[in-house]
Amino acid sequence: MDFSLTEEQEILRTVARDFLSTECPKNLVREMAKDEKGYPPRLWHQMAEAGWMGLIIPKEYGGAGGSILDLIVLLEEMGRACLPGPFFSTVVLGGLTVLEAGNEEQKAELLPQLAEGEILLTLALTEPSAKYTGDGIQTKATLRDKEFIIEGTKLFVPDAHTSDYLICAVRTKATQSPEDGITLFLVDNKSPGVGCTLLKTMAGDKQCEVIFDNITVPFGNMLGNLNEGWLILDKVLEKAVVAKCAQMVGGAKQVLEMTVEYAKQRVAFGHPIGSFQAIQHHCANMLVDVDGCSLVVNNAAWRLSQGLPATQEVAIAKALTNERFKRIAALGIQIHGAIGFTQDHDMPLYFKRAKAWEINLGNTNFHLDKIAKAAQI
Amino acid sequence: MDFGFNQEEEAFRQEVREFIQKEYPPELRRQPRVTFAPSIHGLDDEDWKLMRTLSRKLGAKSWLSLGWPEKYGGQNSPFLQNIVYEEVLYNNCPGINHMGVTFLAPTLIQFGSEEQAKRHLPGIAKGEVYWCELLSEPDSGSDLASIKTQATEDGDYYIINGQKTWNSGAHLAEWGFILARTDPSLPRHRGLSYFLIDMKTPGITINPILDMLEEYEFCEVFFDEVRVPKEDLIGGKNRGWYVTMATLDFERVAHMYYPSVRGYLDRLIEYVKRSPQPLSPVLRNRLAELVAECEMARWLHYRAIWMMSKGNIPTYEVAIDKLYNSELAQRVAEFGTQVLGHYGGLLSGSKHAFLYGWPSYYYLDTVSYTIMAGTSEIDRNVIAQRGLGLPTE
Repeated sequence: MDFSLTEEQEILRTVARDFLSTECPKNLVREMAKDEKGYPPRLWHQMAEAGWMGLIIPKEYGGAGGSILDLIVLLEEMGRACLPGPFFSTVVLGGLTVLEAGNEEQKAELLPQLAEGEILLTLALTEPSAKYTGDGIQTKATLRDKEFIIEGTKLFVPDAHTSDYLICAVRTKATQSPEDGITLFLVDNKSPGVGCTLLKTMAGDKQCEVIFDNITVPFGNMLGNLNEGWLILDKVLEKAVVAKCAQMVGGAKQVLEMTVEYAKQRVAFGHPIGSFQAIQHHCANMLVDVDGCSLVVNNAAWRLSQGLPATQEVAIAKALTNERFKRIAALGIQIHGAIGFTQDHDMPLYFKRAKAWEINLGNTNFHLDKIAKAAQI
Repeated sequence: MDFGFNQEEEAFRQEVREFIQKEYPPELRRQPRVTFAPSIHGLDDEDWKLMRTLSRKLGAKSWLSLGWPEKYGGQNSPFLQNIVYEEVLYNNCPGINHMGVTFLAPTLIQFGSEEQAKRHLPGIAKGEVYWCELLSEPDSGSDLASIKTQATEDGDYYIINGQKTWNSGAHLAEWGFILARTDPSLPRHRGLSYFLIDMKTPGITINPILDMLEEYEFCEVFFDEVRVPKEDLIGGKNRGWYVTMATLDFERVAHMYYPSVRGYLDRLIEYVKRSPQPLSPVLRNRLAELVAECEMARWLHYRAIWMMSKGNIPTYEVAIDKLYNSELAQRVAEFGTQVLGHYGGLLSGSKHAFLYGWPSYYYLDTVSYTIMAGTSEIDRNVIAQRGLGLPTE
């Protein structure tokens, strides 16, 4: 057993932290929350030059061939920095799905562009029912000649408004089991009949409603096998959930550091407030949660990196991190007092993200249910 | 990163499991045994005999010293040692005298002389000598540095006078380790010394105290002109505070409740599955949450063990380990009585008692977990001050 990072991972962490603290200051984060696009293209290209888009893309497709263990190191830093933009949708949701489902031709076409930061992808999964289970997929595709016609509505699709392609989970067959009969398609966002509406969100992250009004998708844009899309999504979602958890752990670490720093500086009753046990015990509870979440998330990632079964471990990571990041962010504001409740303070950025990321990719009840099922309760 | 056990470790775990199945068969499990220390029921002779027998059997396997350096007969493997603890705790199997095996032995290895280590470690490794801890006093609990028990030099001896209290298993122990004041003129942390003491020495009076489980688990101990040879001073005169802090850190690691918590949850899950009524959605969610928390407790503990396996001395990490594990045990005990309703209130020996009265026993016993070995409040102070560098004033 060994909980340490490799030397390369340590370097990645240091470089990412330095880069993001310079290039992604919090005023930029606040600005991007109000910006329609949601990210500065210059920053995106700098990240691509640093090799971040290609981090988990195999070398033969122009990437660095890293594993999910490398990915979570980077995502922790992005979570710390509240990095805005479509990295998660493009690299995690999009990239992992193409890697998992794409045929040789599709991978050779898409992955090098992805690694260069030239195309943006996202996963159009959830619908108005807001479910992360197979029965949530009601958008339909019917085969006509050599083309599929897709009709339906996807909701809460991250970064759809700026994506070049949407990977769309669609029902291609009515079956007994809701997980059967789902197929993935690569949809060109410029296809006639794709209607995208940007939603206004609490954390300023970009989520969209995407309406497919009988759009036409060539047969060759199918990703993976017909009717077997859920098998792919299952694998992709496990990794994506862990990746999301890593962002949350990064955010939680940053909140704790900022709060401890503040508690050391802020004086009340003639002493730094950090010397009061009421404050110390809040901070101690935050550290327990930060360390505990970091360990369970890394364990889940390690299992995935080894190809070991990880359904329960992934659900445990998300269920715990969901609740604890929220608690940490709330305590961070509490310890800062009223200043932490102001719009231009950094604390609210984390408080809002804690809620947004909890909802994203399965809330706590969703993952508790998975844990219970895995324990056969 | 590597979050797995290797083949050697997995094979060893299997061996330990088989040992426990054989040496602690189902007919011996018909009463609750969940106390952390001394894992026996007070003065009940049968329990005490079982504890001693199993302790010697574990010792004969060399399974009480796996984490020690090779020169003291160990394998330098905290993870292998931890596997023994996990399996023992999961099955509520008695046999580990934690005060000797997990608190004192590593302290002796760190602070004792070669001669002291060679004199006392073999008895611990073989499971033959039962130890108790003598730190708290009636007026000194969390503020341990305020203790008043005195040790005065007299030729080749120190003479100890004073009183200790809340000493688990002192009524059963052959040896103890004690913190006493050797120089009242020095600042309070710096005038303390740490001694090993033969509990049969004239002048020691031990009164067991009935606890709220109606058991004799801990004691008060009086010292009246008790002569301790100087060869049993550990770490040097007036260096006792530092030795004690190390002992307390080792003690915190030993309060690893996740295996017993998991064992208890697994039995509840079996019960729920057999029950004609399904678990309510609220309790089902709660159970899933506790399963998750149990995992977090396990990894927080492994982190501390991993640091020790690398030769690093954990500080705030062991306070987190103990804090989280002890509070989790209370939450799980509370949950168990909720799931069982009326059955959760029945005591061992009662008609209709579930799992031989384990739930009610656990519910009461776990109350002590957040008090012993440093309260949760002290743990949080340690985490805040040593882990986060928050100021003391």
